[in-house]
Amino acid sequence: MLSKEIRKHFPILDQEINGHPLVYLDSAATSQKPRQVIEALNDYYSYDNANVHRGVHTLGNRATDHYEGAREKVRKFINAKSTQEVIFTRGATTALNMVAQSYGRANVSEGDEIIITHMEHHSNIIPWQQLAKEKGAVLKYIVLEEDGTLSLDKVREAVTDRTKIVSIMYVSNVLGTMNPIKEITEIAHAHGAVMVVDGAQAAPHLKLDVQELNCDFLAFSGHKMCGPTGIGVLYGKKELLNEMEPVEFGGEMIDFVGLHESTWKELPWKFEGGTPIIAGAIGLGAAIDFLEEIGLDQIERHEHELAGYAMEKMSTMDGLTIYGPHDPKKRAGIVTFNLDNVHPHDLATVLDMNGIAVRAGHHCAQPLMKWLECSATARASFYVYNTEEDVDRLVEGLRIAKEYFQ
Amino acid sequence: MPTNNLDQLYRSVIMDHYKNPRNKGVLEENNVTIDMNNPTCGDVIHLTLKVEDGIVQDAKFEGEGCSISMASASMMTQIIKNKDVDTAVQYAHIFSDMMLGKEIDDSVDLGDIEALSGVAKFPARIKCATLAWKAMEKGVTEESEQ
Repeated sequence: MLSKEIRKHFPILDQEINGHPLVYLDSAATSQKPRQVIEALNDYYSYDNANVHRGVHTLGNRATDHYEGAREKVRKFINAKSTQEVIFTRGATTALNMVAQSYGRANVSEGDEIIITHMEHHSNIIPWQQLAKEKGAVLKYIVLEEDGTLSLDKVREAVTDRTKIVSIMYVSNVLGTMNPIKEITEIAHAHGAVMVVDGAQAAPHLKLDVQELNCDFLAFSGHKMCGPTGIGVLYGKKELLNEMEPVEFGGEMIDFVGLHESTWKELPWKFEGGTPIIAGAIGLGAAIDFLEEIGLDQIERHEHELAGYAMEKMSTMDGLTIYGPHDPKKRAGIVTFNLDNVHPHDLATVLDMNGIAVRAGHHCAQPLMKWLECSATARASFYVYNTEEDVDRLVEGLRIAKEYFQ
Repeated sequence: MPTNNLDQLYRSVIMDHYKNPRNKGVLEENNVTIDMNNPTCGDVIHLTLKVEDGIVQDAKFEGEGCSISMASASMMTQIIKNKDVDTAVQYAHIFSDMMLGKEIDDSVDLGDIEALSGVAKFPARIKCATLAWKAMEKGVTEESEQ
């Protein structure tokens, strides 16, 4: 377990909600922000704010240095070969849409296949649905195993020589399942398809290495990993990004502009039209510093331990169903569950009245809810600042809810 | 005290409608069918109505959702039966005002519905309560426009 001292870095956690100390178990929706991220944003706006890549003045240079410095931090964080492969976006959703609209439109034709799974978040479903509709391509879903994991055999069955894109989440935001991305990438590449990874639930929690995974694209959001909202990353292999057209056109992304023709800046800026998300990128850089000080390996272990502790405690409760892999080693710090005869919204309200924040609903994964045969679930998700006491409070809250609705 | 707040939300009449919903099912002889969902949380309602001569003769609902949304649907079907369409729509507006915490004209007999007034203090749950009413208003309005 990580030190409880980490909590003190998060000012928001030091408050009471409905008369109880806050227990925040909704980090898979968005994480809380440590003081050093909040201060990085404050410092940028207080001392360094200017537009980047233009003008000669000192503030402009400082802002540019900080912004591009954040890109280098991201490059190191995911072990990309070059900062040219790191594009700042609004979030994982925007990043996935960019791949679909740029790479997808140029490379997918009628009858080609795009492959995703039944556990995907809506952000890794709808961009491909739209692309498939536009191109007359086939969107194929890999079905899940009983325990909510993916079988490589089923991946092998699904991927064919007509497959152009395989797009799969690294860690499920509902089941907590960690998918074998490296092996799936090998299968995709053997058929000449590109591998897109939705890393939204992976980047906050485990060490990412795009060269080791050998994926072609990786998308993630800053706000789930202690960074601000409105910033995310699209990683892409340089040779692919070089071939791709920008999806947004305007200032900042151009080389020469004529009356009827224009040319684009080099990577990564050709994908960053308009004034970029400067403060957001700087905040994300500060979040990466924070996470690396703790160590991603330690964070991953901490979450495994907390999820294991939660599952052990919760499995003793009658009428409580936990979804996803039952082996805590196969899952990240996410525990999704239902309590018999208590709808998750009602459960979440009772927990909230006891100071405990959980998510209730379909978690932006309606096809997965259908697979689970339930319309909604409750979800507790853990992060660096959570403790065993938080789990105890959750279990106590569940008992109160159970009694209340009896 | 938190428990008191909870009791304001989950009044016993609400739990009664949740556990023993009135008018649950599908009307075979219906001329109005409405499916509506709450995209933020996954609640769904399938509402069937029999509207004749401007009167809601019968109403049934099926759906999935929390205690608030299902109890609200149950109460809604109960109160609109045998009412004319204008009155049904008026109830939907009164209900909407109640959810916004507005003063309600106390000459209107709200019956069991009054128990849902506590939902107004739980902003995240207002959409749960209003789903069935929105479905009904849409259904009877479309029917009367035909």
